[in-house]
Amino acid sequence: MSEMIPTRDGFGRELVELSKDNEKIVVVSADLEDATRAEYFKDAYPERFFNVGIAEQDMVGMAAGLSLQGFIVFVNSFAVFLTNRAYDMIRLDVCYNNANVKMIASHAGVTVGEDGASAQCLEDFSLMRILPNLKVVCPVDATEARKATRAFVEEVGPMYMRTSRAAFPVITKEDDPFVIGKANVMREGGDATIIACGIEVSESLKAAEILEKEKINVKVVNMHTIKPIDTACIIQSAKETGAIVTAEEHQMIGGLGSAVAEVVVKNCLVPMAMVGVNDEFGQSGTPDELLKAFHLKDVDIAQAVRDCLKRKKGNTKVREAK
Amino acid sequence: MSPQNIDVDALKKKALQYRRDILKVLHSARSGHPGGSLSAVEILITLYDYKMNHRPEDPNWEDRDRLIISKGHITPAVYAALADQGYFPKEELEGFRKFGSRLQGHVHTLVPGVEFNTGSLGHGLSVANGIAMGARLLKKSFKTYCLLGDGEVQEGSVWEAAMTAGHYKLDNLCAIIDYNKIQENGLVSEINDIEPLADKWRSFGWHVVEAHGHHFKNLADAFDQFGAVKDKPFLIIAHTVKGKGISFMEGERKWHGKAPNDEELAAALAELEQQEVNSE
Repeated sequence: MSEMIPTRDGFGRELVELSKDNEKIVVVSADLEDATRAEYFKDAYPERFFNVGIAEQDMVGMAAGLSLQGFIVFVNSFAVFLTNRAYDMIRLDVCYNNANVKMIASHAGVTVGEDGASAQCLEDFSLMRILPNLKVVCPVDATEARKATRAFVEEVGPMYMRTSRAAFPVITKEDDPFVIGKANVMREGGDATIIACGIEVSESLKAAEILEKEKINVKVVNMHTIKPIDTACIIQSAKETGAIVTAEEHQMIGGLGSAVAEVVVKNCLVPMAMVGVNDEFGQSGTPDELLKAFHLKDVDIAQAVRDCLKRKKGNTKVREAK
Repeated sequence: MSPQNIDVDALKKKALQYRRDILKVLHSARSGHPGGSLSAVEILITLYDYKMNHRPEDPNWEDRDRLIISKGHITPAVYAALADQGYFPKEELEGFRKFGSRLQGHVHTLVPGVEFNTGSLGHGLSVANGIAMGARLLKKSFKTYCLLGDGEVQEGSVWEAAMTAGHYKLDNLCAIIDYNKIQENGLVSEINDIEPLADKWRSFGWHVVEAHGHHFKNLADAFDQFGAVKDKPFLIIAHTVKGKGISFMEGERKWHGKAPNDEELAAALAELEQQEVNSE
């Protein structure tokens, strides 16, 4: 059984570590640092931490201003408030100005749980990936969130990271590679490829085990970077396996599935299926209840693979129902 | 230089030249914003020629004072000023708003002397706060200025920023509101009144002075009080006239965002010519 840690914790711990030797790191907050774990930085470096109160637009604008003098500026909030409330500032102040601002958005997806739909951001990939200059990352676990935080400090330019409130299984190791824009293959298989991010990678690995019992061998890819998407990995997977299923804790419209489909239709037409939220808002419940209710579980992904295989040329593994 | 020593005649002459440049680039581009450009001329001249420490030959000089143009649509005035100051060759003004030119429709850092890309209202003050905060962290003594429009103050984000600047006592920050009383579809007072403007800002922790926004000595006096006030951000409410200097544009909302045609340009330039003659 994997250890369970929220990805927000990985971010918070790593930011404090990195800031020991890097005085250029500053944090602007809109009074949710306790929840996003930017609080660890506040406790360690209060002189470099600014809380502007419940004012996400001001937080993002001020971050852009601070970045102009060489600071590496982290802003943080719930994904809904950061992306939706401050969108104009993200677009203009951060992306259009190519400001060195790092946006950390916690509490994304239905796994936010009991708070319900208003707090469950299901559209951030879509909103963020259409903005030029912005890189969009969704770590699979707390270990990867630490590496992503490191990459955010090392690489210059606007970046967005989605983190989770809920504890996610830790499925990567400290020495596993992490490069922004380069997907990690979690498991090889020849019949189909599941491309997933965040919690859905764990669900996909479980789906692969279910399918293995049916003699269906699937490759599982951790597409931790939504933008720039790893085009080479998608093309190679399409050629190798001839079918692609995407899985994300996000609306099916505009997110990871759409990003993968954009590559597939242009380069390597193979049947695709998508697992994601089907154009509706979330609701209250436990994370696991909600993953089930919105069809984001291992069984749902396994079924999407079977459905997709029916459309694959030369498929012999799944029969069309008569 | 103190306000008493300002060569007002020279600055007035410069203002006439800026107005000519503004009208010509708008005419050439066949689009843009005359009203708010013409109202901000004396404010910009006072900043660039009197108040700000800056080096046109070294636009990225790290100790320069910073100016954020939050009303990012007044590019004709800003570019006229920057060209006059020597940030780029004046001939480039002809490219304003045209494909391939760096003189983008709204202020852009492609143009030397521009600190930040703007264009959507209600952004500049938060950015200026960040610059001022950064200067404080780095123990730098340069000042940050931010020019806002009056209608812009209707944006909620301006008040988020105003509150933050007051709370953090950013006394190295000076905002200027170009209070020309008119916005795109009419009078600010009728559309959504921003009064009592000075009281609003004072209640947010700012030191506020009001100035005649077309009067150089008055503006210089106001700017000179900035820096003397400790622990508070500083605001100048500059009372101006939209479309200032051109009789048929003054106070007319239709000139918020419309370029003069051939006849209108000729009439406007003739008026400016007459003003120059009258002043001599």
